[in-house]
Amino acid sequence: MHRDLLRLARTEQAVRVHLFACVAAAVLAGLLVLAQAELLSGVLSGALTTAALIPLALVVAARALFGLVQGAAAGRTATALKSVLRHRLLARLGGLGPARLTARRSGELVTLAGRGLDALDPYVTGYLPAVAVAGVVPVAVLVRLFAADLGTAVIVLLTLPLIPVFGALVGWRTKEVTDRQWRALSQLGGHFLDVVRGLPTLRAFGRARYQATVIRQVADAHRSATMRTLRVAFLSSLVLELVASLSLALVAVPVGLRLLSGSLDLRVALLVLLLAPEAYLPLRAMGTKFHAAMEGVAAADDAFAVLSGTEAGAVTAAARSVVPPGVPEIRLEGVTVRYPGREDAALADVSLVIAPGERVALAGESGAGKSTLLHLLLGFVTPSEGRVLVGGVDLAGVDPDLWRARLAFVPQRPHLFAGTVAANIALGSAASPEEVRAAAVAARAGEFVDALPEGYATVIGERGADLSAGQRQRLALARAFCRPEAEVLLLDEPTARLDGRSEAAIVEATRTLAEGRTAIIVAHRPAMLDLADRVVRVEGGRIVSDRAVTRVPAALAGE
Amino acid sequence: MYSTPTGPDAAPTAPAASKGRGRLVAAAAAGAAAELAALGLIASAAWLITRAAQQPELAALSVAIVAVRAFATTRGLFRYGERLAGHDVALRAQAATRERLYESLAPSGPLGHRGADLLSRMVDDTDAVQDLLVRCLLPAIAGAVTAAAAVTLAAFLLPAAALLLLAGLAVAGVALPAGTNAAARRWSARLAPARAELAARVADLVHGAADLAAYGAGERALAASARADERLAALERRRSLANAAALAAGTLVQGLTVAAIVLTASRAGLGQVPTAVLALTALVSFEPVLPLAAAGERLAEVTAALRRLREIRATPPAVTEPATPAAPPEGPLTVQVEDLVVRHTADRAPALDGVSLTLTPGRRVAVVGPSGAGKSTLLAALMRVTDFSSGSIALNGVDVRDLSPDDVRARITGLTQDPYVFRASLRDNLRLAGPEAGEEELAAAVRRARLDAFVERTGWDVTLGEDGRTVSGGQLQRLALARALLRDPEVLLLDEPAESLDETTADALMADLLDVTHGRTTVLVTHRLRGLEDVDEIVVLAEGRVAQRGRHEELVSVPGYYRDLWESEALTSGRH
Repeated sequence: MHRDLLRLARTEQAVRVHLFACVAAAVLAGLLVLAQAELLSGVLSGALTTAALIPLALVVAARALFGLVQGAAAGRTATALKSVLRHRLLARLGGLGPARLTARRSGELVTLAGRGLDALDPYVTGYLPAVAVAGVVPVAVLVRLFAADLGTAVIVLLTLPLIPVFGALVGWRTKEVTDRQWRALSQLGGHFLDVVRGLPTLRAFGRARYQATVIRQVADAHRSATMRTLRVAFLSSLVLELVASLSLALVAVPVGLRLLSGSLDLRVALLVLLLAPEAYLPLRAMGTKFHAAMEGVAAADDAFAVLSGTEAGAVTAAARSVVPPGVPEIRLEGVTVRYPGREDAALADVSLVIAPGERVALAGESGAGKSTLLHLLLGFVTPSEGRVLVGGVDLAGVDPDLWRARLAFVPQRPHLFAGTVAANIALGSAASPEEVRAAAVAARAGEFVDALPEGYATVIGERGADLSAGQRQRLALARAFCRPEAEVLLLDEPTARLDGRSEAAIVEATRTLAEGRTAIIVAHRPAMLDLADRVVRVEGGRIVSDRAVTRVPAALAGE
Repeated sequence: MYSTPTGPDAAPTAPAASKGRGRLVAAAAAGAAAELAALGLIASAAWLITRAAQQPELAALSVAIVAVRAFATTRGLFRYGERLAGHDVALRAQAATRERLYESLAPSGPLGHRGADLLSRMVDDTDAVQDLLVRCLLPAIAGAVTAAAAVTLAAFLLPAAALLLLAGLAVAGVALPAGTNAAARRWSARLAPARAELAARVADLVHGAADLAAYGAGERALAASARADERLAALERRRSLANAAALAAGTLVQGLTVAAIVLTASRAGLGQVPTAVLALTALVSFEPVLPLAAAGERLAEVTAALRRLREIRATPPAVTEPATPAAPPEGPLTVQVEDLVVRHTADRAPALDGVSLTLTPGRRVAVVGPSGAGKSTLLAALMRVTDFSSGSIALNGVDVRDLSPDDVRARITGLTQDPYVFRASLRDNLRLAGPEAGEEELAAAVRRARLDAFVERTGWDVTLGEDGRTVSGGQLQRLALARALLRDPEVLLLDEPAESLDETTADALMADLLDVTHGRTTVLVTHRLRGLEDVDEIVVLAEGRVAQRGRHEELVSVPGYYRDLWESEALTSGRH
C-alpha cells in the first residue's frame, strides 16, 4: 500500500468511509464463498436435501449484493481520492509560484492533474480490495480446511506460500532486465508519434515515404524486444497457474484414494475440492491486478512529489505590513535570486531605485534576468539575499494578494482562459460591461472584439475562437486597463512576436496606460524603449548600464 | 533513423497475411485449450471424488487420476502459450495498423496543422487494436469454446440441464457484455464533455498561473475547477455503480444457474456422480465467461478508437495526386503562378484570392504582409501541401496538378512553418534534408545558418527532441534553416527565417541569407524589411490579395502598408 495514499485515505473522511465499505464488502463477498461451498458440497453429497438450494441461492444473492456495494464504494473511493488530490495539486500551484513552472513541467502538471490521476482507478477499485481479500480469505479457507481435513490443509498450507515466494523470485531475477527493456520499449513506442508529428518536415524534404520502411523496422524491433520482456514477465503468472492447478491435483487425487478406502466422507471431499482453489484465487487475482495498479502508484508518486515540494514565495505569516497608499517608490537592495537546481544566480546583487511615476525599460538578452526582476516585484520569487522595498516596506512581510491588487501585469505570453472575451478582460475584478468595453477600446482591442461572432460574449481559450498573437496581447493589455486603480505597471515584452502594425498599436495603448503610474517594461524590441524615461540594461543577472533617455522631439524623429 | 538512404520497399505479401491469421488461430487455440483444461480438471476431479465415494476398484479411477494430473499440468502451460502468442499477434496487428495509418498520412495527408494532443491521441488509438485482440477477441473465443464444451458435456448427462446452462452462459456471456458495451458507449458520450471541461479548467490554472496570481483571480479559478471536478466525479460514480451492477448480475446468474441445474438433476433422478460433475462443470464454465462483461465495456472504447482511425484514413488528402504523373520538368526551373485562389474551408474567405507570381531562375521574391494575409498559404501551395481551387501553378509550363507532389517538393522546398526536431542525433536531424551530404556540406550548412556555435557546444551526436537536449526556439529555427540550405532546392522557400531570434542575431542572419541566396531562385516570407533593397520583387499581401508589388525603392516612395511598416520599423529599431 502506498504510504502517502494511505495517510491521505485516513485523513480524508469521504475517502476513508468509502474505502472501508469497499474493502469490507470485498472481504465479506470472499468469505461467503465458504458458505457457498459448504452448501453446495452438502447438496451434492446428499447430506443436505435440495431444500438447501434456497439458502444457497440466498448466499449467491448476498455475494452479488456485496459485489455491487464493493463496486459502488470503490467508485466513490476513487472519485473522492482523485478530487482531493486534484484539488490539492491545483491549490498547490499558487504556492509554488508561477515563475517556477517551466513549459515542460506545466504540460506534465496539466496531464497529471487531469487524466493522469485516472491511473489511480485500477489501484483503488481493483488492487486495494484484492489485497484485502488476499489477506483474509486464504486464511479463512485454511482454517476451514484444517477443521475438515488435515491432509488437504497441510498440502494447501505448504503450497500456498510458493505463490508469493516464486513470484518474488521470478520478479527479483527479472526486475533489472525488465526495467531496462521497458525503458527501451517506451523509446521505441515513442518513435511512431515522433514521425507522425514531424510529417510536415519529412514531407518537405521528400523523406515521408521512406519513413514507412523505418516504421516497419522499428515496429519489428519493438515487437521482438517486447516479446523478450514478456516471455520473462509472464513466467511469474505461469508459476502461479501451475502451483494453483497442481495443488488441486495434489488435493484431489489423495482425497479420491482415501474415499476409496472409506476413510473420508464424500461431503468433506467435495468441500475440500470446492474450497482448495479458493485459497489460491485471491493471490492470483491480486497478481493480475498488480501491473495496472503500479501505474496508479506512479501517478500517486508524481502527485505527492509535487505536493511535497518546497514552497516558493512563502510569506512569513507574522508581521504583515502594509504598503502606504499612493504610487510607491520601488527599491531593490543587493538582491540576489537563485532558482533551485541552477548554479548561476538569475539576479546577482542588484540594487535599483525606481521613483514613483517613473517609466523604466529593462533591456538585455533573453535569460539575462529581466523577467526574474518582474517576478520579484510580483512576489512570484523571493530574494535569496537582499531585499525589495516598496513604499519603504519590505515586500517579504506584505500580503502578496494585497500588493498584487495594486499592480497591473502583462506577461510575455498572456494566457486566455476558457470563457468569454469579457470574462478574460475583467479577470479578477468586478468590472461592469461598460468598463470592460472601455478597457478593450483603450487597449486597441475594441475593433476586433466587435468583429467577433458574438462580440464580448464570444468564448475564447483553448477550444474557443482563434485569436492572433497581437489580438491576445491586446486583450491582456485590456486586462491592465480594467484595473484603473493599479499604481505600478509591469509589462514583459508585450510586443514580442508581433508584426510592426500590431506593435505600433500596443505601443500607443501602453503609452496611455502608463500615464500617472510607475511603469516597468521589459523590452526585447526597441519600440518600447521609446516610451521610457530610463533604460536599464541587464546582463547575466547584473545591471550593466542605467541611463536616462534624452528624448528626440517628435518632429525630428523621422530624420 | 531519419537519414539512412532509401532502401527497397518490401510490401506486405499474401503469405504474410495468412501467416498472421495462423498466429491468431494458434493464440486462440492455446487460450481455448487453457480454459478447456481448467474445465476438464474440475470435471475429472469431481468425477474422481464422487465415483471414489462409491468405492469401486482402483482401476476404475486410474483414467480420472491421470486426467486430473494432465489437466492440472497443461492448463498453466497453455495459458502461458496463449499470453505470449496473443501479445505477439496483437503487436503485429498494431504495427500493421500504424503502417496503414502512416501510409495514408504520408503522401500529402489530411492532417494540416493538428495539435500535438490530437496527434498523440491518434497514435494512442492505434494501441486499441492490441486491446481488441488481447482483451476482447481472444477472451471471447476462449469463453465461447469453454461454454460450448460445458454445454455439450451437460447435454450428454442431462439435456434439460444443458439448456439451463446454455441460458445462463448466454446471459452472462452475451447479454451482459452487450449491456456493458451499450452502457459504456452512452457513458463515454456523457463523460467526454465533462472531462474536456475539467481539462480546460486545469490547463487554465496551470498555464495561466501567472495571470491568475497577478490579478488575484486564483481562488475563483480553483473553485471553477472544483465544480468541474465534482460534475465529472458524479458521472464517474454513477458509471461505476452501473459497472458493479453488471458484475453482480454475473455472479447472480452463475450461482442461480448452478442451483437450478442441481435442482433439475435431482428432480430427474440423476445419479450422484453425474450431478456433481454437472454442477461443478457448470460452476467453472462461467469463469472465462464472466470477464466478458468487462471486455464488452472495453470494446466500446476500442471500436470508438478504430472508428476514429478509419475516419482519418478516409479523409481525402489535402492534395489530389494525378493517376499518372507527368514527367518532372527538366532544366532551369521557371515557376508561373497565375490567379491562384486557395480556400481552406468553404464558409470562410479564401486564404489566397487571385495571386500571380513569376519566378524565373535566380529571381528572389520577398512576401510581406500582416499575419493571416496568406503568406504561408502561398508557400504551401507552391510546395503542393495545399491544393488550390482555381488559377494555376506551372513549372516550365507543366501544370503542377499533373505532377506528383513529391516531384514538386523535390524542387521547391525549404524552411517551412513549424519545423520539427526529431528524437534523433543532431546529425540525423540535419541529414534528413540531405541523406547523401558529406561532413563538409553539413558543416557549411550549419555555418551559414549560424548554428555552428551550438554544434560546437553540443557535438554532432547529441540527441535532440523529446527526452533529448532541449532546443530553444531560435536554435530550432536555425536548425531548420540549415536543413533548407543543405537541401539546396531549385526554388528555396524561407518562411520567416529570423522568427524567434533576438534582434542582433536576426539582423545578422538575414544579412547572411540575402547574401547566400544571391543568384538562387528564392521566395522569402518575412516581416523584417531591412535588406529587402536587394531582392528583385517584393509582394505585399493583405487578406489573400496582392496589395502592392515592386522593388523596395518603389514601394517606399508611395503611401501604403509597406511604407507604414518600413517607417514603424525604422522607428522601432532606432534607424533614424
